[in-house]
Amino acid sequence: MSQDSHDANRHEQDRHPTHAEANRPADQDASEALAERVRRAHADRTPLRIVGGDTKAFYGRRVDISGVGETLSTSAHRGIVHYDPVELVVSVRAGTRLSTLEAALDAEGQRLACEPPHFGETATVGGMAAAGLSGPRRPWAGAVRDFVLGIRLIGHDGTQLRFGGEVMKNVAGYDLSRLMIGAQGCLGVLSEVSFKVLPKPAATRGLRLAMPLESALERLAEWGRKPWPISAASYHDGALHLRLEGGAGSVAQTAGQLGGDTLEADYWAALREQRLALFTDDDPRPLWRLSLPNNIPPLALDGDVLYDWAGAQRWLRSDAPAATIHAAAARAGGHASCFRGQHGAHPDEPFAPLSPVLAKYHQRLKQQLDPYGIFNPGRLYEAL
Amino acid sequence: MNILYDERLDGALATPDKGSVLADLQQALPDMTLLHRAEDLRPFECDGLSVYRVLPMLVAMPHTLEQVEILMRRCHALGVPVVTRGAGTGLSGGALPLEKGVLLVMSRFARILDVDPQARTARVQPGVRNLAISEAAAPHGLYYAPDPSSQIACSIGGNVAENAGGVHCLKYGLTVHNVLRLDVITIEGERMTLGADAFDAPGFDLLALFNGSEGMLGVITEITVKLLPQPQCAKVLMASFDDVGKAGKAVGDIIAAGIVPGGLEMMDKLAIRAAEDFVRAGYPVGAEAILLCELDGVESDVDDDCQAVRRVLEAAGATAIDQARDDAERARFWAGRKAAFPAVGRMSPDYYCMDGTIPRRELPRVLKGIADLSEQYGLAVANVFHAGDGNMHPLILFDANQPGELELAETVGGRILELCVEAGGSITGEHGVGREKINQMCSQFRPDELSVFHAVKAAFDESRLLNPGKNVPTLARCAEFGAMHVHNGELPHPELPRF
Ligand SMILES: Cc1cc2nc3c(=O)[nH]c(=O)nc-3n(C[C@H](O)[C@H](O)[C@H](O)COP(=O)(O)OP(=O)(O)OC[C@H]3O[C@@H](n4cnc5c(N)ncnc54)[C@H](O)[C@@H]3O)c2cc1C
Repeated sequence: MSQDSHDANRHEQDRHPTHAEANRPADQDASEALAERVRRAHADRTPLRIVGGDTKAFYGRRVDISGVGETLSTSAHRGIVHYDPVELVVSVRAGTRLSTLEAALDAEGQRLACEPPHFGETATVGGMAAAGLSGPRRPWAGAVRDFVLGIRLIGHDGTQLRFGGEVMKNVAGYDLSRLMIGAQGCLGVLSEVSFKVLPKPAATRGLRLAMPLESALERLAEWGRKPWPISAASYHDGALHLRLEGGAGSVAQTAGQLGGDTLEADYWAALREQRLALFTDDDPRPLWRLSLPNNIPPLALDGDVLYDWAGAQRWLRSDAPAATIHAAAARAGGHASCFRGQHGAHPDEPFAPLSPVLAKYHQRLKQQLDPYGIFNPGRLYEAL
Repeated sequence: MNILYDERLDGALATPDKGSVLADLQQALPDMTLLHRAEDLRPFECDGLSVYRVLPMLVAMPHTLEQVEILMRRCHALGVPVVTRGAGTGLSGGALPLEKGVLLVMSRFARILDVDPQARTARVQPGVRNLAISEAAAPHGLYYAPDPSSQIACSIGGNVAENAGGVHCLKYGLTVHNVLRLDVITIEGERMTLGADAFDAPGFDLLALFNGSEGMLGVITEITVKLLPQPQCAKVLMASFDDVGKAGKAVGDIIAAGIVPGGLEMMDKLAIRAAEDFVRAGYPVGAEAILLCELDGVESDVDDDCQAVRRVLEAAGATAIDQARDDAERARFWAGRKAAFPAVGRMSPDYYCMDGTIPRRELPRVLKGIADLSEQYGLAVANVFHAGDGNMHPLILFDANQPGELELAETVGGRILELCVEAGGSITGEHGVGREKINQMCSQFRPDELSVFHAVKAAFDESRLLNPGKNVPTLARCAEFGAMHVHNGELPHPELPRF
């Protein structure tokens, strides 16, 4: 697309002067180059492996494009396009480092409330959004997709598309923005994402309470029905770990009621970034993630478990057969995914199988949005 | 440009023989209520946007999922369109029937299947009223957060289909943020589950995609929602302003102070007067605008926040700040806001409710634009907003019995939505596109984006039988709309063929 026709096709929203770009030296708009690369791939039917910082290559199936495809890196397309703390909105190019975004928000006393994991210094905003993984605050604050207001997307034929926007509420058309979160790049190249951000709370406190697992789960269920300022809860090594966030008064009051020891300030980052003992790689057993409803008792599976999300997300080190783990999670109303295979190897089929009807509609959607299978073929499931 | 389904622009529909469709469905579904006489169809001819009316060919009122399945399969086989209807309170004509279609009414699915206080979830049928969920959860100290003003009447199925919001959505999110799982039946009559009782599910986020999909992708048959603990305490401040712009700016100042109120609503002079006349909420009728700011949570935090908000409001030039003394007064403050639409309805034979969203900083500028339009076209406009979310509800007052006034109101409405889009916003924040804003979708999206929407639709409903003509315009419609509507001397879609 020539520059002129690109301008003529710009959105009304983009014409408005307050949406002008910040001019930082390292920032650049490389979206046209990305789109051009997709157009070529479209013409040649070449599959693309989309990467940002390549920190989450382990997550999902291996995208095997050796000999036929190419890697498409978004990392040159970077910069915060627009950040207005009063609006609680930030728009960021996909190749921007997640750490850069977080630092900019931090400077204004704000943050991404879903606290997504980085899994490496080079993690980008686009990769974070495509992976859709959320941190310890998820059950209380929401997931990555809950904070996404809009996206720019490069479609299979290389057209640059925009869905959603920079406003809090927008129900015009289908919610393509949220559909892309967690789709792991299988439906298009995310080139820009707009997020709702939130002010940091006035007070925060971490507590460690030694108690047996059963009492911890019981109490979490009870506290869940109270308007307490809990924003994270994990259990391992004989202790419940709690984070309180809110006003100074409520945090002090709740902490006073609960007692326990003070938790190191970097504990939650260590949990989120998988630096705690259970995650370290000298354990040869596969690492599983179990996503379960609230209030599920311990599952009868061999292995070691770390409870996060007040028990709704469980990390399991286990040699049990995949089918056994999938079945146990499904029986409990949830699902399992294999995060790391045996000896940290790439698992072959990490995600829980879809029901036949769901699989059919996944394929139809993929067929519609990426008919030639260009984008990250097979990353989620073999047929996608 | 007529808003009713136009086969020339919106796509050809099969022309089935009513008698044979009726016979076919009666045979396939002997136990299902199937209305076909004009007088029985009449109550279903419109939703909350009552200026548009169409008699459906047939109205189906199933009460079992098996009936819904069979109905879908038969309609799919016969090529008959299906429009799903919840409680019919929608304000964008989303449930507006089709002359050549079946209206599928989900109101008989009205059971709360399960409230699980331990897991903090409720499993409900789609016809359950929004408020009924919170009522059922209340004994456990829990509630369902999204609270549209229509909550005593609207159905949770309709809420999901519209991704409905409410006064507490700034802090607690929209419907999409509060739904865990949906069971749906496709146009081909298959059942599937989207999302899970857990916080996420494998595969694409079809749960998010179905929220706000306006009955275009499948029929929602069961919903599991999240329940939240009732806040320990809630306090509400009412600030009066002698200038709408100042009130608009105060909204941003509150957020900038790091406070996210449970609700932050604004009403202008006309809306204040209407509400005061109607429910005696204790509003200052002399004010140009009021802000209602609710702070909720743990008592000590709420008190701190009340202090902070008070300071911000004073600095922003509020002429008076009242804090509700007790729950009764707090309820009265909110009653005025929640009754704002019907209150305005009492002042004028008809009103037309818009639903644009804008970045908050644009509030003063857009309000000025609306005032100018009101003057230019000679129609009064009352403004009610979810100010914290930048979601405006200008209510255009008109008299449909006066020739040309409805068209005038539509023109003003369309111009207001364009103002919103120009300000970086959206043509709809919570009421949906439906039939009403089908033309404005052509200003919000480019043809290649609309084509992606069509592709999504095709993945779930290739034969375009679910609610055809709603939510996403055809490219042919946009070409026609563009030709009629040359904006600033530019032709919006020069590449499209024109009729
Ligand atoms: C006075 C008043 C105040 C309002 N205030 C608000 C407000 O504050 N916030 C807000 O968001 N809205 C508000 N609304 C609009 C309306 O109440 C909402 O859009 C509501 O979600 C519609 O629910 P319903 O059951 O009436 O749906 P309907 O009007 O029957 O249908 C709406 C759409 O949903 C589809 N649909 C309905 N049920 C299903 C199903 N089971 N499966 C698939 N599709 C389905 C229909 O096809 C249609 O497209 C208000 C309306 C009125 C009249």
